[in-house]
Amino acid sequence: MIWNECIETADREKLREIQNERLSQMIERIYFNVPFYRKKLQEKGIEPGDIKSIDQLKDLPFTTKADLRDNYPFGLFTVPQNEIVRLHASSGTTGKPTVVGYTRKDLQTWSEVVARALTMAGIGKTDIMQIAYGYGLFTGGLGMHYGAEKVGASVIPISGGNTKKQIQLMRDFGSTAIACTPSYAAHLGETIHSEGIDLKEIRLKAGIFGAEPWTNELRKQIEKLLHIKAFDIYGLSEVIGPGVAMECECQNGMHIFEDHFIPEIINPETEEVLPYGEVGELVFTTVTKEAMPLLRYRTRDLTRLHVEKCACGRTLVRMEKCLGRSDDMLIIRGVNVFPSQIESVLLEMSETTPHYQLIVDRENNLDTLTINVEIDAQFWSDEIKQLEDLKKRIHHNITSLIGINAKINLVEPHSITRFEGKAQRVIDKRK
Amino acid sequence: MIIKQLSVFLEDKVGRLTKMTKILAEHDINVSAFSIADAADYGIARFIVDKPEAALKVLKDNNFSVNITDVTGVIVPHKPGGLHKVLQILSDNCIAIDYMYAFALENGEASAIIRSKSNDAVIKVLQENKLTLLEANDIYKI
Repeated sequence: MIWNECIETADREKLREIQNERLSQMIERIYFNVPFYRKKLQEKGIEPGDIKSIDQLKDLPFTTKADLRDNYPFGLFTVPQNEIVRLHASSGTTGKPTVVGYTRKDLQTWSEVVARALTMAGIGKTDIMQIAYGYGLFTGGLGMHYGAEKVGASVIPISGGNTKKQIQLMRDFGSTAIACTPSYAAHLGETIHSEGIDLKEIRLKAGIFGAEPWTNELRKQIEKLLHIKAFDIYGLSEVIGPGVAMECECQNGMHIFEDHFIPEIINPETEEVLPYGEVGELVFTTVTKEAMPLLRYRTRDLTRLHVEKCACGRTLVRMEKCLGRSDDMLIIRGVNVFPSQIESVLLEMSETTPHYQLIVDRENNLDTLTINVEIDAQFWSDEIKQLEDLKKRIHHNITSLIGINAKINLVEPHSITRFEGKAQRVIDKRK
Repeated sequence: MIIKQLSVFLEDKVGRLTKMTKILAEHDINVSAFSIADAADYGIARFIVDKPEAALKVLKDNNFSVNITDVTGVIVPHKPGGLHKVLQILSDNCIAIDYMYAFALENGEASAIIRSKSNDAVIKVLQENKLTLLEANDIYKI
């Protein structure tokens, strides 16, 4: 099923025309309404009307997260406050939160893209959908909520946390779909198993997971634990929230809703635009956003794009699962390390659970990496030898992948703090 | 002849062992014998208790990583050379021991818990050599 066939399977040339027109209108809006953008465009000698094609994107200035902070809270809004109908804010891990505003039309756009995403996962009128993303300032809950209502699903706005209640409603209401973070999905699955609940009582068929990086190995684990098909959704609040891109049933990358969000891949250092197929930083221009359009917003996410038509019939560009956010990237002794790399090593080993924590510290001016790994009770008997062997294998596999000598600590199941929202995978004590 | 031993993975953190013994105490589980093996940053506590299955369940419910392992218990003559005799029999029969630990019985005799990959062979050769093996029920009652 395709929600919006006209756009999602459009001829690339036709899509390009739509993008050209929308980009040109957007430049006009931001030039005349946002001093920040006007100044940046003028510095490049660009006047509204100069930009007629997306080929000119490469000449336009970038916007960064720092720009959002500098213009906190409403400095980048293009419309007066009386046209803003919703405000969201991201948890500011460093300093001020990032604020995003939506006009009524922006909310409609958001529901539209989420509706397309849910349709990709086969979710529609006949489904009962449990939204276990946090509701509130975080865009996950409300974003999925209105998209799910738009496709006509029966929505359970349970929000995040309260695992017992989640499972109870799943059984009593017969939820067929769930949306939450992948780490919470794994936690739900583990709890269902440890409580000895018969999976036959759980009618889930599809799960939509995002908001944190996860690996294909974790996908397999979740699919096994919950007997569902797990779909990857991509989004960031600055751009709109969940629903920027989504995996179709072919699961061969996530289709970006390009009629609203024009993607580019750039070399993060030289800022030069890279061709399809090359890895670089993902950049978005949100051509239809009214409240807070972003020009060439640098997501810090590293990925690559594929433009070949998908087997599902969609012509929208596909982005690969992000290799990591350059924000998540740790630089340990000069080596770039992504938590997702560690995760994929651990998930390939059956003895460990997908729960781990990286602790980066500095001793005698040297960075140290300690990895706490929860062991799975099923896979060790009672010998130190066996556990030492497991430690050695984890150490070996990680060292050969990232080239850093990490200290491995085996820890008890459930000893690493679970946040019912996002998992805290990294503790960097050097900061 | 086979004795069910609990093996519990414990992180090297103050209070973990206490947490475990508290749970056992609260569930009225009596410990007959135990031993702790320690590696660099974790340990394995091995326990012989009166209700192994019940202990397994309550520890699992409390998120401990716990397994049941089969071990053998033998009464060791409480005199010079007593332990040597037992070990000599095993090594003469090429039986490797993974680990063992000892405890005293109420009647003044000594007893050893032996873990070997070939538990059945341990039982067989010790019996052939007229050594007394502990019955599971006896030891659970100690």
